[in-house]
Amino acid sequence: MGAKQRALSQGRIWSWVAMGGPLGLLLVLFLVYPVGQLLLLSIHNDSGFTLAQYRQLFASSVYVDVLLITLKISLVTTLVCVVTGYPIAYLISVVGKERKATLLFWVLLSFWTSFLVRAFAWIVLLGRNGVINKLLLSLGIISSPANLLYNFGSVLVGMVNALLPLAVLTMLSVMENIDRNLPRAAATLGARPGMAFWKIYFPLSLPGVAAAGIMVFVTAIGFFIVPALLGGRRDTMITQLIIDQIQQTMNWGFAGAISVLLLFVVLIVFAAYDRLLGLSTMTGSAAARKPEPSRLSEPLAKVGDVLLTVLGTISDAIISLLPSRRRDRNPDQPGLGLQAFVWTMLLIISLPTVLMIPLSFGKGGLNWPPQGFTLHWYETVLASPVWTQAMLRSLMVGVGTGLLAMLIGTPAAFLLVRSDIPGKGAWLAFILSPIVVPRMIIAVGLFYVFANIGLVGSAFGLILGHTVVAVPYVVMTMMAVLRNYDTRLDHAASSLGARPFATLRHVTFPILGAGMMSSFLFAFATSFDELTIALFATGGLNATLPKQFWDEVTLQVSPVIAAVSTCLFIFMGLLIFTAERLRRRAAAR
Amino acid sequence: MVSSSLRILGLSKRYGDFVALAPTSLDVAKGEFLTLLGPSGSGKTTLLSLIAGLAHPDEGQILVDDADVTHSPAYARDIGVVFQNYALFPHMTVEDNIAFPLKMRKVSEAEARRRTMEALETVRLPHVAKRFPRELSGGQQQRIALARCIVYRPAIILMDEPLGALDKKLRDQMQLEIKRIHRELRTTIIYVTHDQEEAMTMSDRICLMNAGAIEQLGTPEDLYFRPRSVFVADFLGESNLLSATVRDVDAHGLDIALAAQAAPSRAVGNGAQFAAGEPIKVMVRPQNLQVATAGAGGLTGRLVDVMISGSLTRLYIAPEVAGLPQLVAAYPTRSGSAPHEIGQLVSLAWNPADAVAIRDDGGR
Ligand SMILES: Nc1ncnc2c1ncn2[C@@H]1O[C@H](COP(=O)(O)OP(=O)(O)OP(=O)(O)O)[C@@H](O)[C@H]1O
Ligand SMILES: [Mg+2]
Repeated sequence: MGAKQRALSQGRIWSWVAMGGPLGLLLVLFLVYPVGQLLLLSIHNDSGFTLAQYRQLFASSVYVDVLLITLKISLVTTLVCVVTGYPIAYLISVVGKERKATLLFWVLLSFWTSFLVRAFAWIVLLGRNGVINKLLLSLGIISSPANLLYNFGSVLVGMVNALLPLAVLTMLSVMENIDRNLPRAAATLGARPGMAFWKIYFPLSLPGVAAAGIMVFVTAIGFFIVPALLGGRRDTMITQLIIDQIQQTMNWGFAGAISVLLLFVVLIVFAAYDRLLGLSTMTGSAAARKPEPSRLSEPLAKVGDVLLTVLGTISDAIISLLPSRRRDRNPDQPGLGLQAFVWTMLLIISLPTVLMIPLSFGKGGLNWPPQGFTLHWYETVLASPVWTQAMLRSLMVGVGTGLLAMLIGTPAAFLLVRSDIPGKGAWLAFILSPIVVPRMIIAVGLFYVFANIGLVGSAFGLILGHTVVAVPYVVMTMMAVLRNYDTRLDHAASSLGARPFATLRHVTFPILGAGMMSSFLFAFATSFDELTIALFATGGLNATLPKQFWDEVTLQVSPVIAAVSTCLFIFMGLLIFTAERLRRRAAAR
Repeated sequence: MVSSSLRILGLSKRYGDFVALAPTSLDVAKGEFLTLLGPSGSGKTTLLSLIAGLAHPDEGQILVDDADVTHSPAYARDIGVVFQNYALFPHMTVEDNIAFPLKMRKVSEAEARRRTMEALETVRLPHVAKRFPRELSGGQQQRIALARCIVYRPAIILMDEPLGALDKKLRDQMQLEIKRIHRELRTTIIYVTHDQEEAMTMSDRICLMNAGAIEQLGTPEDLYFRPRSVFVADFLGESNLLSATVRDVDAHGLDIALAAQAAPSRAVGNGAQFAAGEPIKVMVRPQNLQVATAGAGGLTGRLVDVMISGSLTRLYIAPEVAGLPQLVAAYPTRSGSAPHEIGQLVSLAWNPADAVAIRDDGGR
């Protein structure tokens, strides 16, 4: 009996190892080890333990200033993203199915359009001969082109454009689970619209706001594309320092020290978040459906309540001043002001990339308005072996990453959903850690390890690196699918006479298949758009598309890049469209 | 106690081309308990949302105590709603949930606390005040939803299938509770259910809805004993419906001929006008169908099945005469009642006063 039980549990342990082992190994070898190495390098040199790097870091105010600027840019970006993203997510969560699909498409398109493409579009848009200057000139608001680029404002615009979709999607996932009857119930109980919003809807949406805030903040703090392309000297962010240390002086120790500083800040932010709201609110919508009572202490909650009441009263006072006599007409119709605001925001985040399209066919370079029509820039791209090889390489690495991430992520998701493996929360946190650790730190660590084992410049190394950052999304997607997948369906199908293969084909695969397909696409897109790891791991040759794009755009701003941007934009548009179709087909079952 | 009358005039609602509520008029008296009954999708929730101000009618008027509230917003109507899924605020304690409508009305804190506790006493849950809604059972949540609604004494209370999610026993208990509260507060209540038994036991009047329109409005007795249509007869309780033709109409009832059977018989009207020669349906309730061993005369049939469901024994009988549907007879189960054999020939009879003529509308 005892022996049998032991054997049984041993079998179980082996199955756990088989399902979770590959992912665990990947993360240990290509996340924990490289990052650990980098951190070690910062306190260790040829002669042993040293704090020299840190002394240098704090010796002058240079680096601390950069850290402060980084924090300032990240905070303002977060604030703007959350505040402007909230109405967008709200509108998407309340409108009917069709309008929701339309709104969501624009958010997703922006979300999936490469940071590079979007940042480049803003360079063109805000340039001396860009649309905005031309518009302001023709309106007579200014008499000579203004310097709109390379300042805090342009960085902020670029950052918000880059991260607003993330904020919207994060808040949306919580808002969609708020029972629509609750605000209506509040109305029947005597709450005016403003009060119903601030006292009922807003507190319930707060976990989404907090999650969006932290996601945007930690992403922003590790950003370098936007400040590098749109910022001036005084808008340097901390990750740019790391790049400089590696690319210019190969100073691993100092790069490691800066990484520690960055990681430290990120961890403090997470710890603060956990203290205030609990990290559990971030992982999965289950928490959102049943919000935990806030851990805020009693007096703080009281203050919050008073504040919300005041906000509600003020809002209602404002609403009652509105001239619209129809304001109370249809309680389920979102207000025109809200709709106008949301469409304006969506226009602002999509327009730059869309404007890139006519420019890429113009003869006159990137000046607005486009002149004539030519395919010259596209021909240049296709005729250039550098570009075509980069494209092929990106496709290959993307597909490889998609397959590998799906292959090792899916069993891990099964393990976390279906098995009774102990410490699930800790495993999940471990699997999701590649999202939390700033990408730059992973990239530099990987570069160091790859350099030692000769993987720099190889497609295989890139695939491994990209899989590390893509696999958390695969695991999360598959976990969500598996949670909704009812195993009784399998049993029902076989009880209805389906042979195992038929069950697989007609029941299991169509349901899981859509989930696997969308996680593949997600991983593919992550890799296809990945620059940070590629920046180092490609080793200067064998560039991927984003790397090639980066190299070009930092050298010069040319219409060739507009042509590449257009291709990328349309490619991503098609990809989302396909993924969305797949998802809806799966949801319709 | 505050309580208002409600008058609805030609109220209608469309979703696109789909008519969710055809123009409907309805009067509800002060303190009345009116039940909206009807199959799924018949427009009960639609009508309720229009009354509450949660949706806007395409046309028509809503009057509360003769004041037009058609265009006033939900928060200004003084109409309480108990939602089907309770709609308790998950981020507030039970106490805060119940105090919410009082706060909205700027009731002082002390007074609000007193009335909250009072409402909790009324629903017999004073000990859960500090809990969050998810820490309560379904029945308890239901009662808190009720407490939150009665605490501010709305003039009219609307309840949308409030007991839909509860098990039978809890439902019976809650029905009594709601009746008790209605007695105590004398509030006007409009109650939605698609459980006909619940409707019969609780209501002053029942409004039976079908396909977005009122099928019949009346007391439970009206609907049960004098259904105006085949739909009503069918929906409310079990019934046997026999096709027949009117032969003659007199002051006491109708002379009728059951289809495919020459022998004339009698039926009573349901309040509608009938004309000789008109095809009708005759409704006989199962408990009014008397079954005897064959030879007693009248209609004969073969026993198809016997089912004992607790207190009632049901006999299913296929009439010998062609053109009549299978009939069901019911009587209180007694131990040692005469054994029935499947296939046995029986004769059927009923008191003419229990045979109700209904205009044959094709059974819509
Ligand atoms: N927002 C809406 N959009 C479109 N159709 C609707 C909408 N709300 C209700 N309907 C339709 O109106 C009809 C009546 O719906 P209603 O909710 O009033 O039915 P009900 O009688 O309450 O049914 P149930 O007993 O199932 O709750 C249904 O056919 C429903 O599909
Ligand atoms: Mg309903």
